[in-house]
Amino acid sequence: MSTALGDRHENYLNVDSSVKSWLLTTDHKRIAILYLLAATLFFLVGSVFAGLIRLNLMTPYGDLVQAETYNKLFTMHGITMIFFFLIPSIPAVLGNFLIPMMIGAKDVAFPRLNLLSWYVYILGGTFTLVAATLGGVDTGWTFYAPYSTVYANTNVIVTALGIFITGFSSILTGLNFIVTIHKLRAPGMKWSRLPLFVWAHYATSLIMVLGTPVIAITLLLVALERGLHLGIFDPALGGDPILFQDLFWFYSHPAVYIMILPSMGVVSELIACFSRKRIFGYEFVAASSLAIAILGFLVWGHHMFVSGQSVYAGMVFSLLSFLVAIPSAIKVFNWTATMYKGSIAYDAPMLYAMGFIGLFTIGGLTGLFLATLGADVHVHDTYFVIAHFHYIMVGGAMMGYLGGIHFWWPKMSGRLYPEAWSRAAGLILFVGFNLTFFPQFILGFLGMPRRYHVYPPEFQVLNVMSSAGATILGVGYLIPLIYLLWSLRYGPPAGPNPWGAKGLEWETPSPPPTQNFEKTPIVTEEAYAYAPTEAEVG
Amino acid sequence: MHPRRRKLASIDSPLQHHFVGLEQQHEASTLGMWVFLVTEIMFFGGLFTLFTVYVTIHAEAFAEGSKHLDLLLGSVNTAVLIGSSFTMAMAVKSAQLGQRKPLLGFLVLTMFLGCVFIGIKGIEYTHKFEQHLVPGRNFHLDSPVAQNVQLFFSFYFAMTGLHALHMVIGVGVLTWLLVHSWHGRFSPTYFWPVEVSGLYWHFVDIVWIFLFPLLYLVARHA
Repeated sequence: MSTALGDRHENYLNVDSSVKSWLLTTDHKRIAILYLLAATLFFLVGSVFAGLIRLNLMTPYGDLVQAETYNKLFTMHGITMIFFFLIPSIPAVLGNFLIPMMIGAKDVAFPRLNLLSWYVYILGGTFTLVAATLGGVDTGWTFYAPYSTVYANTNVIVTALGIFITGFSSILTGLNFIVTIHKLRAPGMKWSRLPLFVWAHYATSLIMVLGTPVIAITLLLVALERGLHLGIFDPALGGDPILFQDLFWFYSHPAVYIMILPSMGVVSELIACFSRKRIFGYEFVAASSLAIAILGFLVWGHHMFVSGQSVYAGMVFSLLSFLVAIPSAIKVFNWTATMYKGSIAYDAPMLYAMGFIGLFTIGGLTGLFLATLGADVHVHDTYFVIAHFHYIMVGGAMMGYLGGIHFWWPKMSGRLYPEAWSRAAGLILFVGFNLTFFPQFILGFLGMPRRYHVYPPEFQVLNVMSSAGATILGVGYLIPLIYLLWSLRYGPPAGPNPWGAKGLEWETPSPPPTQNFEKTPIVTEEAYAYAPTEAEVG
Repeated sequence: MHPRRRKLASIDSPLQHHFVGLEQQHEASTLGMWVFLVTEIMFFGGLFTLFTVYVTIHAEAFAEGSKHLDLLLGSVNTAVLIGSSFTMAMAVKSAQLGQRKPLLGFLVLTMFLGCVFIGIKGIEYTHKFEQHLVPGRNFHLDSPVAQNVQLFFSFYFAMTGLHALHMVIGVGVLTWLLVHSWHGRFSPTYFWPVEVSGLYWHFVDIVWIFLFPLLYLVARHA
């Protein structure tokens, strides 16, 4: 791969092509590539589980799998996609690659720790894949006690330890980013000049650092309760399983923002570049990332409206959950205002960014339904919830991830991908996604509960639509996989800045040299200082 | 300075390639450790939160459980740990001043006190095992709230066990520091590995300062 890419100048890919040089690298760009490969693998594994779920739901009678198998399928789908794909995806791949370059640094603050975090991630992933091989786990990705601690007969301990271990990878990445952004900015790179991608990752890192340790201790306690009979959540000893839910969601709700905030950072970059305008309300977009990170820690109880939590707590959590809509809406409005009277180019990354805005808006607004106490009682644990969070995680986070991968692919690989194919893939994804998940809003509203392998026959039409959409979605994911690999060998050379974009990462050759820059850049202007559009008009 | 050490110092410049200067590297290491300690606070915070809820609900049983703990050994361990924090602080001071022999001495003393703590903890665990106070099938206690006392001991073992694990890791870190100090790697311009390890050591001590009253003294306030 590297020899085909780097025949023009010495860069991070062709500097040494031995396997050992990859496995022992401390270069943030190479570590990003390692993460890209591993995350893609986990995405494929998670997709297989999703495919089997949709295949089973083609008919109402559970013709493909039995209830036990089905429980394992949705559990393993959730665990792989959330902990091993979505959470590391943008931060560990694009964040690792770009943050040091965007702030004009040679590397992250702790390069060896960065490599360690990849190995920790792989170790945790191995645990989980081993658990899957041994027969999987059936608790749901939520591991609710006392089912997980006492009654489940599946591989809870191995899986929980896998997630526990992988959590440290997330913690170390967040720690590395925080210190890097604080201490390694190039001269002149003031906080007010940071790209919004970096602001979004700063907010994400705060959540990783503050939230992940809590899920770590929670899952460790589950493992200890199963393995050593400590009884912290055991009702027989006076323990309270609802406290498990409190601790679980204290991390797992903010974890949603670990998935979506980096994606929002990507979208800010894309919208500014392809509208050829400074982002509208830079300060507000930056601050809204922090606001989402902070408010995200105060809303976990909206997952527990029907769990036995006190009604008064429910009311407060409901109110606080509505507040998250404010910074989210600030972002959406500011992106739209950026596009207003912009010189918009509909290149593939921009299509993904616009797809993100639309799908995230639907996902966000339906979140308000769920934050409403009364409405939530009706749609709780139905497909309405499934559709809502897939609009955020797949429609939002995944669209942003793919948009970012396309946008920075020329920088990472030094090659251009085929534009027509990638636009087509973006449209196929958009159609496939909506066909998969919009029917699930209706199914949920009509009362189809989640996590069942059978359903009443009257729901079949909508379920078949959803499964058909999933097939289209699968094709939409497969096409980029093929042409991106193809472009590594056959794509035309990209040059340092194929998009005419602003940002330090575009001022260095593609692929970048190991040290990122010939000499440390000095920053003299704000981010997104796109020239007025006269050049394009005249 | 010993000639061999001077040679080592010039070859292995502690400055890593991606930093502009030693000062930036020092600041990054210090901030990195503080952020790490924040994650530790959140990690133990989960346990402390659960404990706070349960000690409120099951006050009587938790008081009873607390009476089964060995106050003498717990107090001795508290003194040992506070002593080790003092020797650790002296080790940091010696590193900053570039005094190799005192540095080695204080590191060894700190490790010794850390091992004493872990040893005493082991003795306490053994007693609990013999008294059938370890949660699980062997747990036995003649008390109307025996089940809730078992909950107390679940916390006792989870919290002190994780704390002891942190002590073991701390002794490992000190061993690493000892090797580097032996080779004379630290100097007044490059001392912060000792400093940030000291931060970690003090943090682990502080966790115990919270654990001791919560577990050992909770029954003795009235």
